Amino acid sequence: MSSEQRPILSVRDLKTYFFLDEGTVKAVDGVSFDVYPGQVVGIVGESGCGKSVTVRSVLRIVEKPGRIVAGEIFFRPRKGNGRLLEGSQDGYVDLARLDAQGREMRAIRGAEIALIPQEPMAAFSPVHTIGDQIMETILLHQAVNEEEARRLGIERLREVGIPNPEQRMEAYSWELSGGLRQRAMIAMALSCHPTLLIADEPTTAIDVTTQAQVLNLLRSLQQQHNMSIIFITHDLGVIAQIAEYVLVMYLGRLMETGPVVDIFHHPLHPYTRALLKSIPSVYTRSRTFLPTIEGSIPHPFNRPPGCPFHPRCSQFTAGICDQKTPLLQPVNEQQSVSCFLYHRRAEED
Amino acid sequence: MTQYIIKRLLLLPLLLFIFSIFAFFVIQAPPGDFVTSYIAELAASGSSMDQAQIDALRAMYGLDRPMYIQYLKWVGRIIRGDLGVSLDWQRPNLELISERLMLTVALGLLTFCFTWAVAIPIGIYSATHQYSFFDYFFTVFNYFGVATPTFMTALVLMWLAFQYFGVSVTGLFSPQYVDAPWTWGRVVDLLRHLWLPAVILGLDGTARLARIMRANLLDELNKPYVEMARAKGMSEWKLVLKYPVRLAINPLISTIGWYLPLIFSGSVIVATVLNLPTIGPMLLRALTNQDMFLAGAIVLIYCGLAVIGTLISDILLAWLDPRIRMEES
Repeated sequence: MSSEQRPILSVRDLKTYFFLDEGTVKAVDGVSFDVYPGQVVGIVGESGCGKSVTVRSVLRIVEKPGRIVAGEIFFRPRKGNGRLLEGSQDGYVDLARLDAQGREMRAIRGAEIALIPQEPMAAFSPVHTIGDQIMETILLHQAVNEEEARRLGIERLREVGIPNPEQRMEAYSWELSGGLRQRAMIAMALSCHPTLLIADEPTTAIDVTTQAQVLNLLRSLQQQHNMSIIFITHDLGVIAQIAEYVLVMYLGRLMETGPVVDIFHHPLHPYTRALLKSIPSVYTRSRTFLPTIEGSIPHPFNRPPGCPFHPRCSQFTAGICDQKTPLLQPVNEQQSVSCFLYHRRAEED
Repeated sequence: MTQYIIKRLLLLPLLLFIFSIFAFFVIQAPPGDFVTSYIAELAASGSSMDQAQIDALRAMYGLDRPMYIQYLKWVGRIIRGDLGVSLDWQRPNLELISERLMLTVALGLLTFCFTWAVAIPIGIYSATHQYSFFDYFFTVFNYFGVATPTFMTALVLMWLAFQYFGVSVTGLFSPQYVDAPWTWGRVVDLLRHLWLPAVILGLDGTARLARIMRANLLDELNKPYVEMARAKGMSEWKLVLKYPVRLAINPLISTIGWYLPLIFSGSVIVATVLNLPTIGPMLLRALTNQDMFLAGAIVLIYCGLAVIGTLISDILLAWLDPRIRMEES
C-alpha cells in the first residue's frame, strides 16, 4: 500500500473523560476515525457533543480535570521528524502515549498538527503584536534566525490575502477587522506547513460574507499544500461546502460516518436525518415551523443507558435501544452507522 | 505617548494646589494650635506663661492671623522652596526631613523589592498549581499575612529575637554606629539591621499582592490565547510567563504608584514600635505636638508623591499595554 493511501491520523476507540467532583463526564466515549492525506473531514454535532474535546485530545491540550483514559491516536509524522519514530515499525506514533507537555509532543503541535481556534479575537494575545506571535511559532519549530522568521511571517500573511503584510506584522489583533484577524490566525497556523490542520468552528464568530471568503481561502490553501483538515462545525451548510467525509457526533459518540454526498443524500441514522430536516430550505413553504429535534441534549452527568440518542429518537425500539449501546458498523460500501435499525452489534458490557 | 504624558503633566499643578489646601486644613483641624500644646507641656513640667507672653508667641508664629492668610503665607513660602521652621525642633523643616530621607527611601525600596520578589512568584505558583498542597499552604499563610497587623508582627519578632538570640532589633544601627560618620562598617551595619524591618513592613503587602496575583492569573490561564500558545508547541512555563503572567501583572502595575508615598512614610506605627529613624515617627510627633509647619510639609510631600506615583503608574501602564496607548492617541 502506498503511503498516500495510508491515513495520516488514525484514532482508535478514544475515550476522554473529565473527572469532576460531581461525577465523571464522558466527553468522548469511544470514537474511531481516520484522516487521509489531503482529505477534509468534517465533524458535526450540537454544542457539548464532544467535537472540540476530540480534537483537543489529538493535540493533547485537553484541560484539567480532563484526560485520555483509553484509546490510541496514531499519527504519521513527516520523514524528517526521525527522533519521534524511534521504535516505530510502520511510521506511526501513538500521540496518546506521549507526554502531553514533553518535547516530542511539542515538536508535533504547531509544526505538524496546527489549530485554528473559534475566536481569533481571544486567541491572539492583546498585548503582543501579530508579527511577534507568528514569528514565535516559526522560531519554535524551524532553524531560522529572527530576520528570516520575520520574512517568512510576512510571506504567510501575504499568502492568506492580508494587504500590507509588512505593516500588519506590527499591528495588534484588536486593530484588525474580524475577517483579517481570522486570516492572520490561519497564517499563524500554517506558518510551519502542518500536514494536519484542525479548524475548530473557525467561521462561527464572523459574518456570513466573510465566512465564505475564509472557507474559500482554507480550501485553496488545503489544495496548494495538500494538507488534511479536520473541520469542526455545528453548521451543516458549511460542512457541505468544505468537507469530503463527515463524522456525525452525539454525546461523545459517533452516530454516523460517510462521504459528504451520502450523508446528505441518504442519511441513515435517525439523528442525522433529524439534523438535516432542521436545515431551513428555500423550497419549504414560508411561514411554516422549522422542524426541530424533540427534547434536548441530556445532562452530561445523566446519560441515558443504551443508545445515547434513544430518548429523542422517533424510531426508538423499547427493550433494545434503552438496554444496549450500538457499535459503529459499516452498513454499506460508504457509510457506517451506530443504530440497531441497521445491525445488531452492541457494546459488550 | 508624548501627548499622553504632557496631558498628565499639565494636571499636576492643579492637583498639587488642591492637595496643599487639603494638607493645610487637615493639620489645622485638631482644636488648639502649637502654642496650646506648648502651654500644656509647660504646665505638665510645673511652669506657666502669662497671657502677654502667649499672645507674643502667637504673633511671632503668625498664629493670630485669619486662617486663609496663614495658608497663603505658607503656600507662598513653599513655592519659593522654603518649607518653614519646625516650631517644635526650632530647626528648618527641610533639614529635618532630608536628614531622615535617605534611610526612609532605603527602607522603602527594600520593602518594595521584597514584596514583589516574593509575592509574584508565589502568586504564579499558586495559580499554576491550583489546589495543590503548596497552594493551600500559601493561601493560609497569606490569610495570616493580611489579617495580622504589622505592628503586631513587629512586636512578636522583636520579642523572639530578644528572647532567643539576645538581639535587639530596634533602630537601624548598632549603638556604636548611631552617631558615627558614614564608613563602610556603618553601611554594612545598616544593611544588617534594615532587612528585618523591610520584611516586617513588606509581609502584609506581600500577602495581599500574592493573593491578587493568584486571582488575576487564574482568570487569564483559561483564556483562549493560552490554549493557542499551547497548540503552537510552546513549553508550558515559557508560555505561562510570556502570555498570562504578563496580562495578570498589568493591573498590578497601576498600584506601583501607591508605593511611592509608602516608601516615604513607611508604616508610622511599625517605625515607632521599632524605633526607626525614618520620617513616619517624625510625622506622628509633629501631629501630636501640633507642630503644624513640619506636619504640613510632610503631608504635602506625601500628597506630591502620591500624584507623582500615579503619574509613573500611568506612564508604565501605557508603555506596557498597547491598548491604553492607543486609546489616548
